Amino acid sequence: MVTSSFDYFAPTTLDEATSLLSRYRGEAKVLAGGHSLIPMMKLRLAEPGILVDIGQIDGLSYIREDGDGVSIGSMTTYREMATSSVIQSRYPLLADASSKVADLQVRNRGTIGGSLAHSDPAGDIPAVVLAIGGSVVARTRRSSREIAIDRFQVDLLTTALHDNEIITEIKLPSLAAGTGTAYSKFHNPASHYAITGVAAVVTISGGVCTEARVAVTGAGDKATRARRTERILRGKELTPAVIRRAAERAAAEVEDTLNEDIHATAEYRVHMTQVHAVKAIEAAVAAAG
Amino acid sequence: MAVTTFGESVKRTEDPRLITGRGKYVDDIRLSGMAHMAFVRSPYGHANIKNIDTSAALDSPGVIAVFTGADLQEELGGLPVGWMLPDLKQPPHPPLAFETVRYLGDAVAVVVADTAYQATDAAGLVEVDYEVLPAVVNAEAATKDGAPQLHQEAPNNVGFDWEVAGGDYAEAIKDPDVIVVKERIVNQRLIPNSMETRGVVADYDAGKGNITLYTSTQIPHLVKLLFSLVTGWPEQKVRVVAPDVGGGFGSKLYLYAEEVVAGIVARQVKRPVKWIESRSEAYVSTAHGRDHICDAEIAGKKDGEIVGIKVNLYANLGAYLSTFAPLIPTYLFGLMLGGVYKMPNVECKVHGVFTNTTPVDAYRGAGRPEAAYLVERMVSRFAQEIGRDPIAVRRKNMLAAHKNGRAVTTGVMYDSGDYKANLNKALEIFDYPAFRKEQREARREGKLLGVGISTYIEICGMAPSAVASSLGAGAGLWESSNVRLHPTGKATIYIGTSPHGQGHETTMAQLVSSEIGIPIEDVEVLHGDTDQGQFGTGTFGSRSLAVGGAALFNSLQKVKAKTHRLASHLLEADPKFVTFENGTFSVEDIPDKTLTIQEVAGQAYAAANLPPGMEPGLEEVSFFDPQNFAWPNGTHLCVVEIDPDSGQVKVQRYVAVDDFGNVLNPMIVDGMTHGGVAQGIGQALSEQAVYSDDGQLLSGSLMDYALPSADMFPMMELDRTVTPSPSNPIGVKGAGEAGTIAASPAVMNAVIDALAHLGVKHMDMPATSEKVWRAIEDAKEARRAARSAARARG
Ligand SMILES: Cc1cc2nc3c(=O)[nH]c(=O)nc-3n(C[C@H](O)[C@H](O)[C@H](O)COP(=O)(O)OP(=O)(O)OC[C@H]3O[C@@H](n4cnc5c(N)ncnc54)[C@H](O)[C@@H]3O)c2cc1C
Repeated sequence: MVTSSFDYFAPTTLDEATSLLSRYRGEAKVLAGGHSLIPMMKLRLAEPGILVDIGQIDGLSYIREDGDGVSIGSMTTYREMATSSVIQSRYPLLADASSKVADLQVRNRGTIGGSLAHSDPAGDIPAVVLAIGGSVVARTRRSSREIAIDRFQVDLLTTALHDNEIITEIKLPSLAAGTGTAYSKFHNPASHYAITGVAAVVTISGGVCTEARVAVTGAGDKATRARRTERILRGKELTPAVIRRAAERAAAEVEDTLNEDIHATAEYRVHMTQVHAVKAIEAAVAAAG
Repeated sequence: MAVTTFGESVKRTEDPRLITGRGKYVDDIRLSGMAHMAFVRSPYGHANIKNIDTSAALDSPGVIAVFTGADLQEELGGLPVGWMLPDLKQPPHPPLAFETVRYLGDAVAVVVADTAYQATDAAGLVEVDYEVLPAVVNAEAATKDGAPQLHQEAPNNVGFDWEVAGGDYAEAIKDPDVIVVKERIVNQRLIPNSMETRGVVADYDAGKGNITLYTSTQIPHLVKLLFSLVTGWPEQKVRVVAPDVGGGFGSKLYLYAEEVVAGIVARQVKRPVKWIESRSEAYVSTAHGRDHICDAEIAGKKDGEIVGIKVNLYANLGAYLSTFAPLIPTYLFGLMLGGVYKMPNVECKVHGVFTNTTPVDAYRGAGRPEAAYLVERMVSRFAQEIGRDPIAVRRKNMLAAHKNGRAVTTGVMYDSGDYKANLNKALEIFDYPAFRKEQREARREGKLLGVGISTYIEICGMAPSAVASSLGAGAGLWESSNVRLHPTGKATIYIGTSPHGQGHETTMAQLVSSEIGIPIEDVEVLHGDTDQGQFGTGTFGSRSLAVGGAALFNSLQKVKAKTHRLASHLLEADPKFVTFENGTFSVEDIPDKTLTIQEVAGQAYAAANLPPGMEPGLEEVSFFDPQNFAWPNGTHLCVVEIDPDSGQVKVQRYVAVDDFGNVLNPMIVDGMTHGGVAQGIGQALSEQAVYSDDGQLLSGSLMDYALPSADMFPMMELDRTVTPSPSNPIGVKGAGEAGTIAASPAVMNAVIDALAHLGVKHMDMPATSEKVWRAIEDAKEARRAARSAARARG
């Protein structure tokens, strides 16, 4: 398969890149790791006339502890997150999920910015960032804004990002003391994307769950918070019975948009979402100590 | 400088080249002035072509020409069928469809442009006006009244009805002691995924009227012959080259539409043309494998004695007959239904059926995996039904050891084998009683463990040509070799087989080295270029060593005979007293009277002192036609663990004991077994081609077609027994397909064994997580229902 023809720009500054996006608005696409965009172009599901490769811009790839949170440059790769001691110690589920994306070749190229901007319904990172909370920093030629992650995923393959914006950074908040995290994924045997994946961030204080954020990917049209599950968890002692009851509601928010394909029926996806919700929550509770 | 021996694990000499990117594949061939082709393919399973508008494509940048099926109808001819069956329906198979397309991916036009990008862009601009027709993809459904019809030549879509029988099954099951167990068994369609897709470069020499096709094929000589037959191009003006070929698994064993089109288009545009198949394209345009729907019965007695097997098979042929399609589900399937058992009664009917799908042909194992799966599944199913151990049932029915021919119910003659020796050795490695204990304990903890066995046999060493011809072969199935010893004593050999991953450059050189005592690095192995050597048949069906190696062995005997005579003459000794060992001729009892084979080769060319009547030079050719097939066999044992929450199956252990006859290079044979078992596990657990009812391929890429990956396999425990095959002079049987044939029933028997205590009796492949989970849930449901029914009664 070969792509249709396109013009290619490799700007070395963010200003140049955002200017190109404004100038060719509607026609241009940002190219990051290329591991979602290029396959789509080869299948001619995407035929952008112009590619703006942001891989030559210095200073978009970093993991920085600042204030009380962590900022991750949008061009940071899965591999860098999986092997970063900062990510491993502060957001173990992000390190773990990053190490479970596809294979090493993909992890060496794919970026956090690209995975959020692409917002694949079966992508791992969108659910993880949703469970952690935080925000996405997006820049145009003239301005910059911060989009809360809860408002970022809009629909199937659709985000709140405008087509002249570039994600420059992902800001993650500090997790409270007594917080445990985990990501549990059931992968598609062919693509290794998530048939379903559950990310859980649970805070335990005095034996009781004071905060819980749980997000599900793969089952529905986009990464989604399992708010009913979270409500059941909050304020309770997380016994196996409570966790099981909460996990039973894990797919409730995606009920209307359940995926169904040759790998898993909707019914099986719901079941596996519940199974992995138990696994993720149990592991998060264990990690909370 | 190393002289190698038969039985030594010589490292593959082609590997440094292949794994460092210095191989030369079709896509590496760049000729000056070369243009590129892109095919326009049907997006529908079944449709009439009302109109094709090529004007926009012709106006597109770089486009040289666009041809439709109608434009080239005369020149292209129709694709051939290489195997006849009685009353076989042979509907025309145009390389470019005109009037009607019959499967998703059926090519309707070809665009030629300066670059591959331009050709692909322009292909998207060819406007085809289709009238969509109802489609049928299921072979059984296609034979029913009212099903969409593909070809007027094949009423009810039936391409052939074929049968084989031995004994009298109907009579045997009249015995009141006989229990009959029935099962519907589906062997799913698979999509071959050789690492290198297909591709062809056609180079037309307008001055001489010659055509050279560089093509990724397993059968360059047959491609030359068939291309010439189809197009009328004189055979002496056709050269076919298979350069390095990155895998095939049977899928490159045919004359394909694109090869014919490339040759004709090169002549039309008077430029070399190239076509490289993309992976997505390969999924629809390269032949698929398997796709059987089978109603099977096995009959036997309570004590475990099996009296017979009966099969009614709907074999999906796809939309047209691919080159060897009639052979695969008939002889290569039906003749194997006795397995390694006495099996006194066999009855088999096969219906070959056209459907709106990619043509189906040989895929690693080709008919034999389907047969072994059916037999091994049914034997275990029978054991479960009568409540006996599947190993005990096998042992009770197994054929006795034999060394030189054993006729079986289906009419064929197995060559040699000691089936119980395989079984015993495998059980010894495995420790069956210990596993059964572990399984009981695991069940108490809610874990699901199962063991599966398969004691397979397969038909290889294709083939005695007269037998094959009487069964329908369109060509001889012998093999050939040419051995040329140069004046310096180095050798260049040309083999008729055509390796595409098997390591012939190593093994054939190893055979030369071990036979005539020259270092292996002094042997150059040529293959795959029809202008470089004599005709050969090709590489498929695990035949290359059993037939091609035998041909090479025979050429080497001729070289030995000639050099022996010449050496004796030069040493002035009676040939009776001249011995040959490690590449040196010596005269008995006279220690300093010796000549090396290199020296003798020099003398053969110097021709200064030849014995009377001896011709100069040192070059020998042999064509070897075996007297019988060769029959690898073995016992494979597999342990799976099933996760009850997800239904996910994990292979925990895999033990294989195979009888491949004599083994020339154990490392390569182990590698073959590893790869074969991996493919068998892939079929058992994850691979499946899925069509929608209207003929769209839902598993159309690697994102949806689940090839197995390394993390699905345990370390395999391999061992062997050896009963040399009497079918060829080197006693080898063939190892290329055995793993694939043995593994899928072993794995599925293990899956069923893990679930048997829940009441599960059969499940079709692939045992995907969801399918297994449902089986567990259904079994639970059935038990709940049974309990409440019992309560209601009591
Ligand atoms: C074989 C394979 C297996 C895979 N398996 C998985 C898996 O298991 N789990 C998983 O989650 N993913 C998987 N992926 C997808 C992979 O994670 C992608 O790399 C990721 O989704 C996109 O990141 P990227 O940097 O490659 O983005 P690109 O492909 O370069 O871009 C993707 C999209 O995002 C836009 N974009 C990229 N960066 C920015 C930015 N900074 N600002 C604005 N827009 C931007 C692009 O314009 C494009 O629309 C797989 C991919 C492959 C090829």
